[in-house]
Amino acid sequence: MHIVDRRLNPGGKSLVNRQRFLRRAKALVQQAVRDSLKDRSIKELEQEGEVSIARDEVHEPTFRRAPSGGDRDYILPGNREYLQGDEIERPPSGAAGTGGYQGDGEDEFRFVLSREEFLDLFLEDLELPELAKKRLATAEVQGVRQAGYATSGSPSALSIGRTMRNSLSRRIALGRPRSAEMLRLEEEIAQLEALPGDHADEIAKLREELERLERRRKLISYIDPIDLRYRRFEPTPRPISQAVMFCLMDVSGSMTEHMKDLAKSFYALLHLFLKRCYRHVEVVFIRHTDRAEEVDEETFFYSRETGGTLVSTALEKMLQVMKDRYSPVDWNIYVAQASDGDNMPSDTARTIALMTGEILPAAQYVAYLEVGREEDPMMAMGGPLARASDLWRAYGQIEEADGKFVMRKVHHRREIYPVFRELFARRGMAERGQKA
Amino acid sequence: MTTTLADKPLYEGSDWTFDTIQRIYDTVERVAAEELGLDTYPNQIEVITAEQMLDAYSATGMPLLYNHWSFGKQFLVNEMLYRKGQRGLAYELVINSDPCINYIMEENSATMQTLVIAHAAFGHNHFFKNNYLFQQWTDAEGILDYLEFAKRYIASCEERHGQLQVERLLDACHALSHQGVHRYPRASARDLKAELARENQRHAQREREYNDLWRTLPKRRAKKAEPASERALALNLPQENILYFLEKSAPRLAPWQREILRITRVLAQYFYPQGQTKVMNEGAACYVHYRIMTALHERGHITEGAFLEFLTSHTNVVSQPMFDSGRYGGLNPYWVGYNMMQDIARVCTAPTEEDRAWFPDIAGGGDVEGTLKHIWANYRDESFISQFLSPRLMRSWRMFKVADREKDEALRVDAIHDERGYREIRRALARQYDVSWQEPDIQIVDVDLAGDRKLVLEHYVTNGVQLAEKDAVRVVQHLADLWGYEVTLNEVDNDSRSALREHKARPRESGPRLADG
Repeated sequence: MHIVDRRLNPGGKSLVNRQRFLRRAKALVQQAVRDSLKDRSIKELEQEGEVSIARDEVHEPTFRRAPSGGDRDYILPGNREYLQGDEIERPPSGAAGTGGYQGDGEDEFRFVLSREEFLDLFLEDLELPELAKKRLATAEVQGVRQAGYATSGSPSALSIGRTMRNSLSRRIALGRPRSAEMLRLEEEIAQLEALPGDHADEIAKLREELERLERRRKLISYIDPIDLRYRRFEPTPRPISQAVMFCLMDVSGSMTEHMKDLAKSFYALLHLFLKRCYRHVEVVFIRHTDRAEEVDEETFFYSRETGGTLVSTALEKMLQVMKDRYSPVDWNIYVAQASDGDNMPSDTARTIALMTGEILPAAQYVAYLEVGREEDPMMAMGGPLARASDLWRAYGQIEEADGKFVMRKVHHRREIYPVFRELFARRGMAERGQKA
Repeated sequence: MTTTLADKPLYEGSDWTFDTIQRIYDTVERVAAEELGLDTYPNQIEVITAEQMLDAYSATGMPLLYNHWSFGKQFLVNEMLYRKGQRGLAYELVINSDPCINYIMEENSATMQTLVIAHAAFGHNHFFKNNYLFQQWTDAEGILDYLEFAKRYIASCEERHGQLQVERLLDACHALSHQGVHRYPRASARDLKAELARENQRHAQREREYNDLWRTLPKRRAKKAEPASERALALNLPQENILYFLEKSAPRLAPWQREILRITRVLAQYFYPQGQTKVMNEGAACYVHYRIMTALHERGHITEGAFLEFLTSHTNVVSQPMFDSGRYGGLNPYWVGYNMMQDIARVCTAPTEEDRAWFPDIAGGGDVEGTLKHIWANYRDESFISQFLSPRLMRSWRMFKVADREKDEALRVDAIHDERGYREIRRALARQYDVSWQEPDIQIVDVDLAGDRKLVLEHYVTNGVQLAEKDAVRVVQHLADLWGYEVTLNEVDNDSRSALREHKARPRESGPRLADG
């Protein structure tokens, strides 16, 4: 009998088959990932999660007898009251008896996607270029830094300077005979031997001395294991840097579900990106109509408000929150604003003033996303007929003036990425920001 | 029997080491030999993690199998169930091979390891080695080599012909794999090891015979269509092994496609006995582990606590919810099998008058082990139940038979556990375990190779139970893709011979392909 320990065998034997399954059901899984984005909060995007697809599409058919119809016999245990010849009412189909096991789980196939698989499918849908996908999907490497010396380590980490210093001080302290001294003695002996006359006594004495020194030299080695010093490295977290992401959104009646969905994808992507750059990312949701309030994510995306539109209220609210909780000294500030572009004309001046005067100086990056309906004939043509919105025109002035500000119009999910390219192009800045 | 108490139990607590496993195995082996005299393949015990167990699950329990998306799907299903805690993982998995490979989970306690060694390494192992179905249809020695060959062959096909092509073909093969077994022994048993050599030989022969001149011969005038009977004779029709027929006679398959058909067919055949002996196999293994664990306890090899732990999991395994308990999900094969084995042991040693009347051959024979081993070797579920289910068990299970007739409004209780009902219940239960009754009876009845090459199949409908329609349509499509020409499947009533339904399909372009592109 053999006992074999297979636990250390490489795992993931089913990985190939799993990938093949995902490839086969790709269109469905992608749709499922997109749908599940609705149920996920922005912060949870990166986690593994359950998705479900229609079972029918991945069904493996076989010739089998139909589950109902025809004459059948059942043998059952646990008879209590029945006698031969009794009649039992037929259970409503699919409810009881054998049908009870074909409940609601039948038409849906649910499974868990790992974090990587989920991200892959999500990012692919946004039509990110390969490089960007890779950056987002691979986990960050923790840095190492030198942290003093250790008495053990790998040969490559041997610190020669430090080791020699130890060796030297030990040799001095223990009085290891120096080679110059040995040389001197040998010369003396040689001289004495060369001299005529009987110096046997002296020579013997010197020889004895030489022998003693040699013994001592052997005992006190040039480099002893005790001298060895290795450079010690320890994994070090990247310098603590934190970012806060302000999501501003117009929630007045004119924003449709589709627009909110676009905004959510954008926020999710931005959050993902920030998480790569910063150790700690917080998200603040501010929604506004003609007044603004800070809300949780659920309310932010799914509750409806009515009222006019005053963008400046949201900016004020944001500045308020910033002042209270997120000082620009300690936090990297990112602002993402989504709107369909409506604003009261009277409010424009104040909006611009707030944006240029207070927000832009404090923020790392401000993105304004103007979301539109999926099929907007005016926008699609992009011709002169497309009337720029109030907010668009107002912000237009800022964009030219300041590089931190990016604005884009988005009608479709695939257009979200171009907005992002700006951000990646600016990655250098983001990295500088975190080191600061 | 003189039992000397062991000085010291094999283990204390639930922790184990490889040394413990070795000692447990040795003791169990000794006890098994003394108590039961089992005849087993040599064992190989492999300790695996939960994740590896999931891997093994999704590959139908085989240690290595070719790649296909359906195994990935299986993996995801199992993973989901496991994570949600809806289903625990098996404590062990055993492969019918020589040496017999037993997978045991690392998180089992020492008692569970003892139990699974007794259950799998001795119970199942003995059954695999001795049951006539396994002897007839499987080659324990060659299966691992064959799997290795299959995996390599299919991988090389993927390289040569593209993953998609192979995947489509495998989809079609899997759909037909239940119709890919020989149900009755015909030629001599297949020697799996020789398969590879034979395939190479076949290739060489074909290459030798190849001559481009054949192409240039003038075509003969088409002959008159032969009458069906002669054709049937020539093609060995009717044929119920559809994959076999396609492998040998499908006109448009490439050699590598035939070989893959053959691989899926051989694997289906390998698993065929397992489906027919579920009750007996588990029953035998449960009976063996119960006897061994009890003996270990009596001899002081395991502590009282360990024995109680064993009893708890044993009871869980062989439990059966009653039909109206709300948890009923069919008969538990462990429960049926284990109780029948215990009952046979009782009939051998302490029969009642009734037992003597029902089982004159074994009642009071006294040789429990001999009787059981004879049964394990020579029966399958259907014959086992139809001969050994005793009235006493039917009474204690309070079994009854419900007839569901299509034309009647209500269900009818046909028989209950009384003098008039025993034989009826036993017959009906045995029939439930009869694969030839459970699987639809589908046969290839006609094909006109000289004419339009239409393949005609018939499904003989018994008791009015037709094929599940959606599935049937898809499988017929797969079949048409493999055959390369039109295929018709007629559902025919077995008694009246009247046609009930017809499924037709024409091959899609470029051979077997995905369900919906």
